[in-house]
Amino acid sequence: MAVQTTPPAAPGGSASPTNTSDPDVVRVLRDDGSLDPAFDPHIEPDAVVALYKHLVLVRMLDERLVTLQRQGRIGFHIGSLGEEAAIIGSAAAARDNDWLFPCYREFGAALWRGMTLQSYMNNMFGNSADPAKGRQMPDHYTCRAAKFGSISSPIGTQITQAVGFAWAAKMKKEDLATVVYFGEGATSSSEFHNGMNFAGVFKTPTVFFCRNNGWAISVPVERQTASSSFAIKGVAYGIPGVRCDGNDIFAVYKVTRDAIAHAAAGKGPMIVEAMTYRLSGHSTSDDPKAYRKEGEVEQWKQRDPIARLLKHLQLKKLWDDDKQKALEAHVEGGIKEAVSVAEKTPPPALETMFEDVFADPPWHLQEQRAALLAGPRAKGH
Amino acid sequence: MPQMNMVQAINDGLRHEMKRDDRVVVLGEDVGKVGGVFRVTQGLFDEFGDDRVIDTPLSEGGIIGTAIGMALYGLVPVPEIQFADFIFPAYDQIVSELAKFRYRSGGEYPAKLVIRTPVGGGIRGGHYHSQSPESQFIHVAGLKVVCPSNPYDAKGLLLSSIRDPDPVMFFEPKRIYRAAKGDVPEGDYTIPIGKAAVVREGQHVTIVVWGAMLYEAIAAADEAKAQGIDCEIIDLRTLWPLDIDTIIESVKKTGRVVVVHEAPKTCGFGGEIVALINEKAFLNLEAPPVRVTGFDTPFPYTLEMEYLPLAHRILPAIVETARY
Repeated sequence: MAVQTTPPAAPGGSASPTNTSDPDVVRVLRDDGSLDPAFDPHIEPDAVVALYKHLVLVRMLDERLVTLQRQGRIGFHIGSLGEEAAIIGSAAAARDNDWLFPCYREFGAALWRGMTLQSYMNNMFGNSADPAKGRQMPDHYTCRAAKFGSISSPIGTQITQAVGFAWAAKMKKEDLATVVYFGEGATSSSEFHNGMNFAGVFKTPTVFFCRNNGWAISVPVERQTASSSFAIKGVAYGIPGVRCDGNDIFAVYKVTRDAIAHAAAGKGPMIVEAMTYRLSGHSTSDDPKAYRKEGEVEQWKQRDPIARLLKHLQLKKLWDDDKQKALEAHVEGGIKEAVSVAEKTPPPALETMFEDVFADPPWHLQEQRAALLAGPRAKGH
Repeated sequence: MPQMNMVQAINDGLRHEMKRDDRVVVLGEDVGKVGGVFRVTQGLFDEFGDDRVIDTPLSEGGIIGTAIGMALYGLVPVPEIQFADFIFPAYDQIVSELAKFRYRSGGEYPAKLVIRTPVGGGIRGGHYHSQSPESQFIHVAGLKVVCPSNPYDAKGLLLSSIRDPDPVMFFEPKRIYRAAKGDVPEGDYTIPIGKAAVVREGQHVTIVVWGAMLYEAIAAADEAKAQGIDCEIIDLRTLWPLDIDTIIESVKKTGRVVVVHEAPKTCGFGGEIVALINEKAFLNLEAPPVRVTGFDTPFPYTLEMEYLPLAHRILPAIVETARY
């Protein structure tokens, strides 16, 4: 499998995700909706339609979850508005035997891999059916059955873990790769350096998937790096890198698929940089108007990954308004049902607070559990 | 039965578990060809190869982060951190990830490691080769913490730690790595996690201690005996979960307690032990519980023997408590 890699870009260039016209950036989906035959990953038409439907689901979910948070029905949401193609294109490129190590914006990938909408919604409400048993904030779910890791908030910690997982699989001669997600902000963390370095030295089958979405909360890319890109950081670790237009689902799919094939063939890790944009705030707790111009957001809305894919579907006559209406009604119904069930599902039982700290609760947890159960209840939950 | 020191006993335990269970892997700085800076992993590289005894890049965060990934895959990694003083680059991985994995994933992703690391002073190691950070790991929900004082316990606790379903911090008191010697059975035996040992029975004062300071407590108790004070000495062996029953049973008998540890006094584990005694045996106390500890200063180099809670500082505490 030939792999497109990033030639060292000119020093002093900016790592801004707007630079998708740089010559090294892989692009497939043209403005007119056609595909560049040089890089076309040849996804079957049915599969392209399935991807589109999933992008729409994720977009509609994102919008609904923000509304639920504003209504005070859930506490928090951290979304992927504008980054859907990067997240879902890469998840779709992973093989069934590969494992995904998420950051915290990849609910679209978890749902694509088989996590149910209901399970995800249960996490948003922190109810007793939440896979994380109501112990974590919304969007910190888990789904081992989907080979999708456990989410934590500290930045970059999943990177070395993904390397160790892939390394162990390599020792056991099992055919799998890990795909680890992180934002460009995480490339400033020690765990990015540790993970890249260990992966390079031990040639682990790991794909480092950097969503360069322009912003780490309020901090722009120029404050994360003086490098000309994030993919180029691989050079220092002996890891090939590639940049792609992250709002072009065909490009994301192609480079991720090639990177996984490279890693799984024993050629070592790769770093993929998906150049995209966070259309929303960092989370529902953030107001981006305080630090970035609306004009910038408007420009990126013109490059919306879903609208671009829709244009392709229309060009190929794979989609029409009736299908769109039916899809939206179907998704709307599914979300409504999931919210309704999640909202009605009771909170976790008190004693679950003490489970899973250890495999078996030692005496001190048994004592504390008994004291809590015998004592007064808190108000307001 | 063969005589071993701590280094040999831990080495024997690692070899035993690696032979028994091919999921067990050792990784860390200098653990492979050279067998570790204290030689605890000596010979394992030749016996098991570099897939299972791995010299890593010089990065504690990388060692623990990748070891967690291996554990999630299904291996049982036993990483070594060369000195406990160097563990802090990995602290985020240990406290935010390792300790939390089972809980935060609703039980889907238990992550189990045994992190071996030498602790303690008295070896002229200065500030960065002498500290005892155990309370900083006990305070974090989700970790078990072990600190053996002799070769027999070291091997038996290591086997238990490797087989335990939870992550274990395995602190090895480096001052007695070679000084503590004793009979160590060949083959399989375990010391249960969570069980203290009553090293000496006595009527007047309970001494709670662990690791290298056990021998200082014994020396002080010998001198106290000459003054007619009969000490009961409890070697905790496992710091967390604490064997509170053994401590309380002893305090109910003696009514007097001295807790000894190398770590600084404030927020040291001794404070927690004393608080638990107050909660569970207050009316049995005949004297205020006493802590003999390191000071709330960075660990000093030249004055380390003044910093450590050695026998000469433990003895007056015993006498004062006994005569209160």
